[in-house]
Amino acid sequence: MPAETTLERDDAQVSGLDALELAPRREKGNLGRRVWRSAWPKLLAIALVLLVWQSVVWAEWKPIYVLPSPATVFTDLGNVITTGDFWGGVRVTMTRAFTGFLLAVVIGTVIGALVSQFAPLRAAIGSLITGLQTMPSIMWFPLAILLFQLSESAILFVVVLGAAPSVANGLISGIDYVPRTWLRAGQVMGMRGIAKYRHLILPASLPSFISGLKQGWAFSWRSLMAGELLVIVPGALSIGVRMQQARDLSDSSLVICYIIVVLIIGILIDVLFNKADNSLRKRWGLLS
Amino acid sequence: MSLLDQKTESVVRLEGVSKSYGDLLALDRVSLTVRQGEFVCLLGASGCGKSTLLSLVAGLDAITGGTLDIGGRKVSLMFQEAALFPWLSVRGNVELPLKLQGVSRAERRRRAEELLDIVRLAGFADKRPHELSGGMRQRVALARALAQDADILLMDEPFGALDAMTRDILHDELERIWREQHLTVLFVTHNVHEAVRLGDRVILLSSRPGRVIEDYAITHERPRRIDSPEVSGQAAEITDRLRSEVARHAR
Repeated sequence: MPAETTLERDDAQVSGLDALELAPRREKGNLGRRVWRSAWPKLLAIALVLLVWQSVVWAEWKPIYVLPSPATVFTDLGNVITTGDFWGGVRVTMTRAFTGFLLAVVIGTVIGALVSQFAPLRAAIGSLITGLQTMPSIMWFPLAILLFQLSESAILFVVVLGAAPSVANGLISGIDYVPRTWLRAGQVMGMRGIAKYRHLILPASLPSFISGLKQGWAFSWRSLMAGELLVIVPGALSIGVRMQQARDLSDSSLVICYIIVVLIIGILIDVLFNKADNSLRKRWGLLS
Repeated sequence: MSLLDQKTESVVRLEGVSKSYGDLLALDRVSLTVRQGEFVCLLGASGCGKSTLLSLVAGLDAITGGTLDIGGRKVSLMFQEAALFPWLSVRGNVELPLKLQGVSRAERRRRAEELLDIVRLAGFADKRPHELSGGMRQRVALARALAQDADILLMDEPFGALDAMTRDILHDELERIWREQHLTVLFVTHNVHEAVRLGDRVILLSSRPGRVIEDYAITHERPRRIDSPEVSGQAAEITDRLRSEVARHAR
């Protein structure tokens, strides 16, 4: 064989093209400006809602004791959230929410994994899971109360029924839609059985699983609120119970306070899920 | 060269291999051998079953007839898409086959560095696949394939989705790595110039069903240039043969 001539690429040619093909880094801008850019539309929206609300109050569409002004409600809200009693109620409600949600995650994950693994099981209950998902959870309460009386178990039962199908479906579709080329790549690398699940199927289905969790949380939170209004467990002064009490006393302002509290908790949890979702998407390159 | 060839052992041997999917005959009594250290290109128009052939050699699919013998050797396979896993860094992707083989953490790390160095991506170990260009991703995929420490590297149109300049560079890189690492390569393509540029042999397949219709020995001196007169001349000859084969299917 003749001596190697210098047709070889030198390092500079290869890395030069690499450098050209990579996008130049962009500056993110300073923190203050970024916070402001994402905050002002939200602040504006809140201001608009308050303005409409105040206008309706000024127009005296309803008597002031039925529809109080924003100022009254926020004063009441300020008073309520500074009591330890209120935080006790939040604790009762959040404990139920997390217990129910975690239970739903465990049950949903197990069912999802089984259904995606065994074809006959999928044929049997695949569509049932989707059916359960569309069922309004409030429908379950009469049965839950008959089964468990007015107890924590009744609430938990409905919360789990509300959330588990979403979690299961998230996992099932995640596993179903693992791209074929990844499966082939895994097969060529000799992935079988548990290794295949650990190194390929589970990480690949994570984005879909997380959206399942997010949806499951939304369902469990809704079911829980319905449950707390319907199933009043003696001694447990949850947010729902307090809201019912405020209604019994015809205290509209307090009812609105609790609506705001429930809304804020919902938003905060949603923000957490979105954070997890976004950081995953960023790492995968699904977000720019 | 040819004297040496006859002495080296064959690592892939197909004798009268057929593959059908239901009524559809994809491959019809294909016989070919790939010897140790050889770079063999499989060339054909659409429907010649060249990708099917690779799947069979890779053991991803079962043959319908004939014998396929790779002597229990290990194969790795590269696709047109890099098929890297987005949840792992570049390093993680290259280390994965090592991890599956039970290589220790320190050894994995060392070996991955070495492989990334071979494909000239040493500085990109901690990047995510999506941060790299298409050509760089294919080089990571090559490093991952090399990490499997296979005896035979199967490549299924690995540069098909790349621009001409990047492809050109990757041809040179692949040729260098093939020579330095003493690889045996079975490379599928529909690009005649690419086949002549890279192969020791170019095996031309007919379409529907796939049959071996010609086995060209490419003896031009390496390293070659895709635009050299020798490569172009031989490519023209093969292209003519391929065209007449394709014309057979006109109605």
